Amino acid sequence: MPRKFNPFSTSTMPQTERLGERRPSQSKNRLAGLFTKSKEQLQNPQRLQGPSPQMSSPSPLPTISLSTAAGGELDTDESPTTLFEPPSADEAQAQKRRDAQFGPLLDRNHLYVSAHQGGKLLPPIEDEPPYYYVLTTYISYLVLIFLGHARDFFGKRFGDKKSYQSLKVHNGYAPLNDDFDNFYVRRLKRRLDDCFARPTTGVPGRYITLIDRDSNDYNRTYRYTGTYTETLNMSSYNYLGFAQSEGPCADAVEDCVRKTGLSLASPRADTGTSELALEVEREVAKFVGKPAAMVFSMGFVTNAGTFPALVSRGDLIISDELNHASIRIGARLSGAVIRSFKHNNMEDLERKLREAISQGQPRTHRPWKKILVAVEGLYSMEGTMVDLPGVLELKRKYKFYLYIDEAHSIGALGPRGRGVCDYFGIDPSEVDILMGTLTKSFGANGGYIAADKSIIDGLRISNAASLLGESPTPSVLMQILSSLRLITGELCPGQGEERLQRLAFNSRYLRLGLKRLGFITYGHDDSPIIPVVLYNPGKMSAFSHEMLKRKISVVVVGYPATPLISSRARFCISAAHNKDDMDRVLAACDEVGDILQLKYSTGIAGGQDPLPEGVTPEMEAEWRKANGLEGVYKPPRWKLTDVLARGVQDAKEPLR
Amino acid sequence: MDLQEAQAHLANLLRVASDAFHKVPGSAVLVRYIRSSYQNDPVRSAIELVLFIFFIRYLLSPSYSTSKENYVKLTEEEIDELVDEWTPEPLVAAPTPQEEAELEKIPVIAGPTGPKSKLANGKTVTNLASYNFYNFNANEQIKDKAIQALRTYGVGPCGPPQFYGTQDVHMKTEADIASYLGTEGCIVYAHAFSTISSVIPSFCKRGDIIVADRGVNYSIRRGLEISRSSVKWYNHNDFEDLEQVMRKVVKEQAGKKLTRRFIVTEALFETTGDINDLPKLIELKEKYKFRLMLDETWSFGVLGRTGRGLTEAQNVDPSQVDMIVGSLAGPLCAGGGFCAGAKEVVEHQRVSSTAYTFSAALPAMLAVTASECINLLQSNPEILQQCRDNIRLMRAQLDPRSDWVVCTSDPENPIMILIIKPDVVHARRLTVEDQERLLQECVDEALANGVLITKLKTAPIAKHTSLKDGSYVPTPALKVCVTSGLSKKDVEKAGVTIRHAITKVMTRKTNNKLGVPTA
Ligand SMILES: Cc1ncc(COP(=O)(O)O)c(C=O)c1O
Ligand SMILES: Cc1ncc(COP(=O)(O)O)c(C=O)c1O
Repeated sequence: MPRKFNPFSTSTMPQTERLGERRPSQSKNRLAGLFTKSKEQLQNPQRLQGPSPQMSSPSPLPTISLSTAAGGELDTDESPTTLFEPPSADEAQAQKRRDAQFGPLLDRNHLYVSAHQGGKLLPPIEDEPPYYYVLTTYISYLVLIFLGHARDFFGKRFGDKKSYQSLKVHNGYAPLNDDFDNFYVRRLKRRLDDCFARPTTGVPGRYITLIDRDSNDYNRTYRYTGTYTETLNMSSYNYLGFAQSEGPCADAVEDCVRKTGLSLASPRADTGTSELALEVEREVAKFVGKPAAMVFSMGFVTNAGTFPALVSRGDLIISDELNHASIRIGARLSGAVIRSFKHNNMEDLERKLREAISQGQPRTHRPWKKILVAVEGLYSMEGTMVDLPGVLELKRKYKFYLYIDEAHSIGALGPRGRGVCDYFGIDPSEVDILMGTLTKSFGANGGYIAADKSIIDGLRISNAASLLGESPTPSVLMQILSSLRLITGELCPGQGEERLQRLAFNSRYLRLGLKRLGFITYGHDDSPIIPVVLYNPGKMSAFSHEMLKRKISVVVVGYPATPLISSRARFCISAAHNKDDMDRVLAACDEVGDILQLKYSTGIAGGQDPLPEGVTPEMEAEWRKANGLEGVYKPPRWKLTDVLARGVQDAKEPLR
Repeated sequence: MDLQEAQAHLANLLRVASDAFHKVPGSAVLVRYIRSSYQNDPVRSAIELVLFIFFIRYLLSPSYSTSKENYVKLTEEEIDELVDEWTPEPLVAAPTPQEEAELEKIPVIAGPTGPKSKLANGKTVTNLASYNFYNFNANEQIKDKAIQALRTYGVGPCGPPQFYGTQDVHMKTEADIASYLGTEGCIVYAHAFSTISSVIPSFCKRGDIIVADRGVNYSIRRGLEISRSSVKWYNHNDFEDLEQVMRKVVKEQAGKKLTRRFIVTEALFETTGDINDLPKLIELKEKYKFRLMLDETWSFGVLGRTGRGLTEAQNVDPSQVDMIVGSLAGPLCAGGGFCAGAKEVVEHQRVSSTAYTFSAALPAMLAVTASECINLLQSNPEILQQCRDNIRLMRAQLDPRSDWVVCTSDPENPIMILIIKPDVVHARRLTVEDQERLLQECVDEALANGVLITKLKTAPIAKHTSLKDGSYVPTPALKVCVTSGLSKKDVEKAGVTIRHAITKVMTRKTNNKLGVPTA
């Protein structure tokens, strides 16, 4: 395999060789020759037109800081294919560092504007794997649970006293951890514990540096090997690529720390209100299109503190069943009655509303004082967007108040990055409360609430998180302010827009590629969160490890964060990625998908072969009818070369 | 169709049915069984038949939950009508003029916060309202470290700790706190106010028992409420009452399955400022086999020779306290909170504490700031001494000298909680609202004279009525936060200003319903 074009060609040689070994059939195969050659053809033109040719192949960052030395040796035998004067060593180093945080755009063509194409928002088509996989998934869990209980049973009686002590009544104290929770952690989660909480260092930008660790007691304890691995970061919520330690935002933050110090050391209602905080609030309000806003130092508490300030006994909260833990905690603290509706299902929501309004409060039948519907803009585990036009239609009829948590959608959706309202072209004044977090797209920390001024004023005096909780620090506020100004174009005009469009392009490009390779993905096409369903619990850790071998860090999630059956890997796309990075992910998924048998899709959810010449997507239904292809879908199993060849162009069409 | 035809039809149908019945395997057995049972005991057959019919009916009946018991069946039109008629209340009640005035009065800081802070209106005031007790906010050395972290890590970690949000700096901060306190482990949360609200429910589940002090702060109350455990209250810092409650719990639970039992209390109380008696608590907890969750939010970095908190101040081995919760956002000028304890306690929270798992990690620069501040406190305990000297000076100006207020705080607590003397309240028959208003006037008067102090925020607790029996109305109070960043002269001057402001407000004609205090 010509190493030069291996998408994983990073510094470590042995790895690429190992990959070659694992798939000997390819090198024997005549097709394999074709495969590599066409890839070469494919990548070459791109190299020439890319604005920053030295970045053609992702190469590791040798050092991020003193503490991360040993990030890998330099990729010495790959001479930069640059057309320009080679930069000085220092400059190249600095550029590399910058590129590791935020990749250069390879082609102006790799941009797309995130906006709803009109019409009703249809729920994404959910594909299902053959029954065989469903069955084996259940059996895997049964075996795991059975083995776990058997080991506990014998362990408690004959096992090592010390390691089972916490499960038993000890010295008159009840066991500290509840048995099922604890069972789940010990017997199921521990097996894949090394896929979680991997420690990192440096900036979680385009690349992320992992601190290597290993375990010789089945993940009970870890030993740090003293080495570091730089991986492509498909896991951080860094949608707009503002995780950067250089550039206008970091400069502004440094300046701010010098001038105003580290903290205000006080809640907002005492002396934690600074001019800077007020300015940030004004800017946030302007950005989301509401008259007023307030910021908090944590997104979680923004929800957990605001619900009790909005609703109380005699009120009803109707909440999407997949809403985030912070919303559920806030709802529970509020004292209001809580009901849930099926995820994003407007018929179910309407049914629940009709029942609630007509029946009134339980037992007394008194009318509800008010009804608050809580939804998220973009669901972080599903990649689905709220059907906002649908919700608003119901809102006009049923007069409930609407609370949208835009934690993942602010900055990540809409032509101007202003969240779901922007995406659907809806006036934000139609939504009562817009909440969002600043941890994600803005690379900062905290959350905000935006609403009418009278609501915000009311919240300021009743929200415990602002009366008693710590106020955001100046550094965090400055990061919010500067990244916000970059998005709007007040700072470095053009850059913010490019970030938004890169994110949208990357998201669609990768999703389309995954569909064509044969993976089942969840969510809407414009979503920067792409869950890939794995089913078997064992595949979670295998997938995570295989990707890590290819130097890509991914998040895997399983039960209880997802339904038992649909364990998944989740890719979070960033504007800091470029097309090469997406290609690298696709190539890795192609290989890993074959090794782990992850290509389950039946084709109903997309990934179909291109339409014949002269047939437009609008004509597809007709064409299918004419050719007797209605409801006939070929399971997509595209070759990687074809995926890469057609990706850029097709990602900008409606995905099919 | 005439009758005969119908009869023939019916006979035919019966024959077909009986044929079909005989074809079913086992039907002969059933027939034999019914026949013989009927011959032996017709009553039994009748009962069996009734049971069978009941069973079928039960299977076919629609399942309904108890909540639907008084469900009113309505037609679609009726529902539409009800929907049209229904008018919801406004989402948030508009603030009253008084609340609006209070909002207006929230001071706005321009530039850095410090012992002398510049306000947005251009005035520079002595700031005795922020938790910047040691003025770490202005420490250039710490700022350098924070900026270094910024240049290595950026600002936000862009992910929750379980998903690549754990950075080496977080692990270092955790290790630093653990070794500072002397516990086995420590976990750092991204928000101090949310820490204990999340720690409590991660351990205390339905069926568990929590014994809590009536005076605990609002964060703890939130945690108690989310936990769904059964909460028993004891009178504030009353150990006899505590023992009685514990004894009762043990007695009630005798013979039942052992459940987890916890004592939840604070080291320095947020609303009263007084101190707990840890040795006494330990003695009781060990006697009755309870676990102790201690909120050190206001004592971490404050009490003890090097600021380790109540354990250091009262010479208690920290491993005897099961969970120590504290804040990094107060005097440490960083952000976030922590929970320290045994390894098992810490690791459990990493997967089951909601504010940890479902929230982004602390920004690296704040984690580094916290580590640096701890380092400073450990290596220069004289910083704490300076602050204590200032507390003594301030207190001398207020507590014994003022005719109107008393300080309920511990002598080493830099947050001085000043309440109106009970006999004044009694003599003037001041309601809680009256006291709030008077104290707000004191704050305004002090600010007019260049000293920024603040009022205890009692509304969240007072309005928090959902915890049965735990209802507690904190006494309205002034909050004066002393800092080591002021010279002795400045402290005394500020103390005098505050005292005079209080006197002026309390003797104002309009406020003085009954003339001079009777005391
Ligand atoms: C929908 C939603 N709301 C709130 C939060 C909490 O935000 P933060 O991480 O800033 O605490 C998250 C984060 O994970 C989220 O996904
Ligand atoms: C183990 C684990 N960590 C962290 C999270 C945080 O998710 P989010 O970023 O949406 O808060 C989850 C979500 O379910 C989880 O299961």
